[in-house]
Amino acid sequence: MKYALMIFEADADFAKRQGPEAPAYWNAWMAYSSSLKAAGVMAGGAGLEGPTTATVLRNIDGKATVQDGPFLDSKEQLGGFFLIDVPNLDEAIKWASRVPISELGSVEIRPLLPPPPNAE
Amino acid sequence: MHQRIESIAQQSYGKLLAYLAGRYRGDIQAAEDALADAFARALQVWPAKGEPLNPEAWLLRVAGNQLIDGIRKQKRYQYVSVLQELEHASVGSSSIENSAVLTELEQIPDERLQMMFACAHPAIDPLVRTPLLLQAVLGLSAQRIASAFLVSPQTMSQRLVRGKIKIRDAGISFELPENLSERVQFVLDAIYGAFSIGWNGTEPASQSLVEDAISLARIVMARLPSHAEAAGLLALMLYCDARREARRTTENAYVPLDRQDPSHWDTTLVKEAEWLLSNASQLGQPGRYQLEAAIQSAHMQRRGNDGPTWKMIVALYSALETLVPTIGGRIGKAAAMAQAGDAAKALLELDSLEPALVAEHQPYWAVRADVLRRLGDAGYLEAYDRAIGLSDDNAVRQYLLLQKQLPMT
Repeated sequence: MKYALMIFEADADFAKRQGPEAPAYWNAWMAYSSSLKAAGVMAGGAGLEGPTTATVLRNIDGKATVQDGPFLDSKEQLGGFFLIDVPNLDEAIKWASRVPISELGSVEIRPLLPPPPNAE
Repeated sequence: MHQRIESIAQQSYGKLLAYLAGRYRGDIQAAEDALADAFARALQVWPAKGEPLNPEAWLLRVAGNQLIDGIRKQKRYQYVSVLQELEHASVGSSSIENSAVLTELEQIPDERLQMMFACAHPAIDPLVRTPLLLQAVLGLSAQRIASAFLVSPQTMSQRLVRGKIKIRDAGISFELPENLSERVQFVLDAIYGAFSIGWNGTEPASQSLVEDAISLARIVMARLPSHAEAAGLLALMLYCDARREARRTTENAYVPLDRQDPSHWDTTLVKEAEWLLSNASQLGQPGRYQLEAAIQSAHMQRRGNDGPTWKMIVALYSALETLVPTIGGRIGKAAAMAQAGDAAKALLELDSLEPALVAEHQPYWAVRADVLRRLGDAGYLEAYDRAIGLSDDNAVRQYLLLQKQLPMT
């Protein structure tokens, strides 16, 4: 079964991507991602640039309107996601517990929708 | 009054549940429901009418009456004898609020150990034994156990329900077993299961599991003082718990055992552990937990880079392996071999482990990384990545990230 592990990070976490803490930050993510691969459960994923780079498009009165900034106004922002293929939710939770987020972050686990029947 | 009732629940829950379930065909679920209702009733009645003279007896009476009502409604023949026993236990009063007459039940027998034997019965799925113990004896909620075990609350509830149904429907006895010394091992293993999860976990719920496991072991010890392995297990857990504070710096960074400051260890716990272990060894029943406790004791007596003690630790691990070959024990042995100066032998030990069993085993990769670096093998970098990627503890992750940066010696 496929799950998305959606990783939410705080401003302080995004800040670690540059500066003195950057090597440790990136090393941890690379180590996690290589462990997923080594275990044969990796099904995809990507890291995202920080929330300040976000552009939001809304449909206002039937017209597409472009806005600056992230969609959600919250302390945590989506920092990236992994797709994993594991037997069940408990395995997904196990892998989520290994995601190298700080105490400020969180991981949301969601099953992927099954592909539509005529996808082939 | 709410606080008072809560403290009674904390102190007496397991005892009351064991008493009720043991007399109600081992139906832990029904006894739990009845006991929960009795506590709810106490919250309603006591603030108005005052605490009964014997609160435990009051709760038992209310819960017992509810169970009897349940039996009457079911009118099931096989419950007649249970009914009689329960009615016998609640003679003398028709009114449950009439607290004065309840003092006759002053001595409520402590049958928690019997319930522990039922929860850790070999017929119960090993995955379920530890959660069952935690819930039945200590009253932990499925939600909290699930959080410590890192599974979904739904999975944990299902496991618990399955275990309770098995105890009830398979007729697992609430008596002390005849082959007690054989069966107590299952109880100890289930307690150790709670401890390991608590010790390795980072969730607040898992931290308190360490104390929960220690309380469970103390219940067993109090009832079976001449069982050496029960003392061994308690000693093992106390040695570890004594180092709880020393495992982290004030900035919450991870401190490995050999860099800990012994002045941060809890000497009261260490002394109790030493006392337990030496008493246990005089009983002449060697076993796994005594050996593991001895390994902890050796670690804590070691000062600095002390080769002879490391060799002794290797020997203790070898003895442990002949008793119970576990992955954790083999990895511990390899780590001690490397510390004793024999990294090549340590690598052989690690290589002999089944790859599928260690693929996701975090300590394996951490030890392997260290051993490979000692041997000057560049593969250590990849091993560190595996250890970092499999870690679920931020402090350990940060520690390993720093270790990975250290140059090859």
